[in-house]
Amino acid sequence: MKTKVKARAVYKVFGEAPQDALKRLERGETKEKILEETGQVLGVQDANFDVEEGHIFVVMGLSGSGKSTLVRMLNGLIKPTSGQILIDEDDVASCSPERLRKIRRDKIAMVFQHFALFPHRTIAENAAYGLKIKGMGAAERRKKALAALDQVGLAAWADSYPSELSGGMQQRVGLARGLATDPQILLMDEPFSALDPLIRREMQDELIKLQKTLKKTIVFITHDLNEALTLGDRIAIMKDGRFVQVGTAQEIVANPADEYVSAFVADIDRGRVFTAGHAATEPAAVQLSATAEEALRVMEELNRNALYVLDGEKIAGVVTYQDLSASARGDRDETGVASVLTTEYPRAAEETPLHELYGLASSGLPVAVVNGEGRLKGVVEPESLFAQLSTDEHSTDNAHNTSAKAAS
Amino acid sequence: MFSPSDLLLIPFDEWVNSLVRDFLVPNFRPLFRAMQVPVTAVLNALEAFFQFVPMLVTTAVLALVAWRTVGRGLAIFTLLALFFIDMIGLWPETMTTLSMIVTSVFFCTIIGVPLGILAAGSDRVWAITRPILDIMQTIPSFVYLVPIVMLFGVGMVPGIIATIIFALPPIIRLTNLGIRNVRGDLIEAAEAFGSTRWQMLWDVQFPLALRTIMAGLNQTLMLSLSMVVIAALIGAGGLGLTVYTGLGRLDVGGATAGGVGIVLLAIILDRITQALGEKSGGRTQSLRQTLVSLFRPRAATVDEANKTGS
Repeated sequence: MKTKVKARAVYKVFGEAPQDALKRLERGETKEKILEETGQVLGVQDANFDVEEGHIFVVMGLSGSGKSTLVRMLNGLIKPTSGQILIDEDDVASCSPERLRKIRRDKIAMVFQHFALFPHRTIAENAAYGLKIKGMGAAERRKKALAALDQVGLAAWADSYPSELSGGMQQRVGLARGLATDPQILLMDEPFSALDPLIRREMQDELIKLQKTLKKTIVFITHDLNEALTLGDRIAIMKDGRFVQVGTAQEIVANPADEYVSAFVADIDRGRVFTAGHAATEPAAVQLSATAEEALRVMEELNRNALYVLDGEKIAGVVTYQDLSASARGDRDETGVASVLTTEYPRAAEETPLHELYGLASSGLPVAVVNGEGRLKGVVEPESLFAQLSTDEHSTDNAHNTSAKAAS
Repeated sequence: MFSPSDLLLIPFDEWVNSLVRDFLVPNFRPLFRAMQVPVTAVLNALEAFFQFVPMLVTTAVLALVAWRTVGRGLAIFTLLALFFIDMIGLWPETMTTLSMIVTSVFFCTIIGVPLGILAAGSDRVWAITRPILDIMQTIPSFVYLVPIVMLFGVGMVPGIIATIIFALPPIIRLTNLGIRNVRGDLIEAAEAFGSTRWQMLWDVQFPLALRTIMAGLNQTLMLSLSMVVIAALIGAGGLGLTVYTGLGRLDVGGATAGGVGIVLLAIILDRITQALGEKSGGRTQSLRQTLVSLFRPRAATVDEANKTGS
């Protein structure tokens, strides 16, 4: 996959003599000391990251962490003091104003925290703004703007004004304005922070849905770790202008880099971060033709009280220790697993978040984790579900290791 | 008692005299004369137009504009006021004053709006412009009437130039204010989509600052009206001359008639330009509401405009 956005050793100093501040930083002075002695603020220090094409890269940090500065450097609204920011092959930090304008018009769009819709323009005119700037004719840009508004479900509001819309709707317009120019990269600066929690949730789901078809490269800024974990393919945690940790949601939750990240992660609903695939253990199964004795032996070896039964590659059903031993004790002729097979068993896809498994696990049976073709990839024992949810390091590591085995 | 003047007496008045008489007048008089040319052209055209159009037509048009922009109330008021002016025999003077005011506002706009935009775009320009505007607004207008007479002569056009100097500051100030108060994230959004400076100005800054700029225009108009009497001192005509003549002859009736004419004209123009600024196009008002609004303090509405502009 192609790298779309690359940042290399990016620094931003706000102040009179930024180069002096950089030199002090090189000598090992802290951000606080530099602020005290020179009055200059270190916005971003040594930011390095790559964003792959089609990925959502989330930068999460509290206010003052430099995340908004960082995203504004990506489209040149703020010039970095030093370092390189590559959009494809162009260095935004050093290219000419004309080149920068061309990149902004064709490649990068931005969505703002407070929507930044033009109050004197209709919804359609707002959505068409980027096209107008590019010099597109009125009829064509209206058509494209309406198509973009349609994507976010607001085509009917085309001729209203922003003040007539609710916050959530206004941000949909902000998103439509960003999408109308069909940019490859979308910068989103805390786009959902100003919205009510319910609307925020709805917008996050909508963004995920849109992203499935659009496959834009998105740099998403947020102060909400839950939002970061929900949306991000990769997440960077920022503090005092530095990246503290960069990784996937699971990496960050399972192995926080330091106490700062741990403190954030402590309140996270792990059931939403980890998926069935993570909690699954290796599938132990017997074939449909096996006898009850064989199946009982396998269960005793693995210390399990239920076992999946395969018919060739396909899952036939599940047998429990209780049923099998009852049938083995009985004096019936047929003692194969087929006779006590339960064909109704809990199943989940690999990418199903764990919190959706709670209901399934309450049946007491292990949950079958299946891949796209319906083949058994692993099972989630009710106990291992809890182990995965536990924040205790030891048990998490265990579960993580087994899940890694299952995935391989 | 000792005072500094015992040691040194600065002949400041002599310096100014020699600066104006011996330097500006001989060297730059042709330049100042040339500056009058566009003002003269606009003024003559307007004056000829307003004096040519019959009174009833002008009244009807103004009433119509008042009706469309403000409402029925002001339209009726306009009709009555202009009829009254005509019936006290001051119609030609009123039209002269109107053409002077329109000329002055026209030049204030074409000078003031671009200057305001420049000042908004650069803190350095604003740092230079601001003290000059402070001086223009605080210096008594009588003070610059003398050099204006020396440089431009006497008559209508020097009167209008004095009016322009007097009425220019608010439109510069409020254009600057309006553009600076455009929300920062809107500027960022325009920039993020690749706007040029011109596109930003035309599509975003100017339309969003328009209400504040219109408030400035309204102030400029009002200052122009208050200057027309003073401009009569250096030979400008119109209602100002009526007042000035009345003053000279202790003719209280004549002076009052001229004053009433100015007040009525001011009310009509003020309400219309305010409504233009507020863009309350289709809204209609009852006569009572309009009469109430006529006596509403104007400062409050300017504050409102500033607030919404920010």
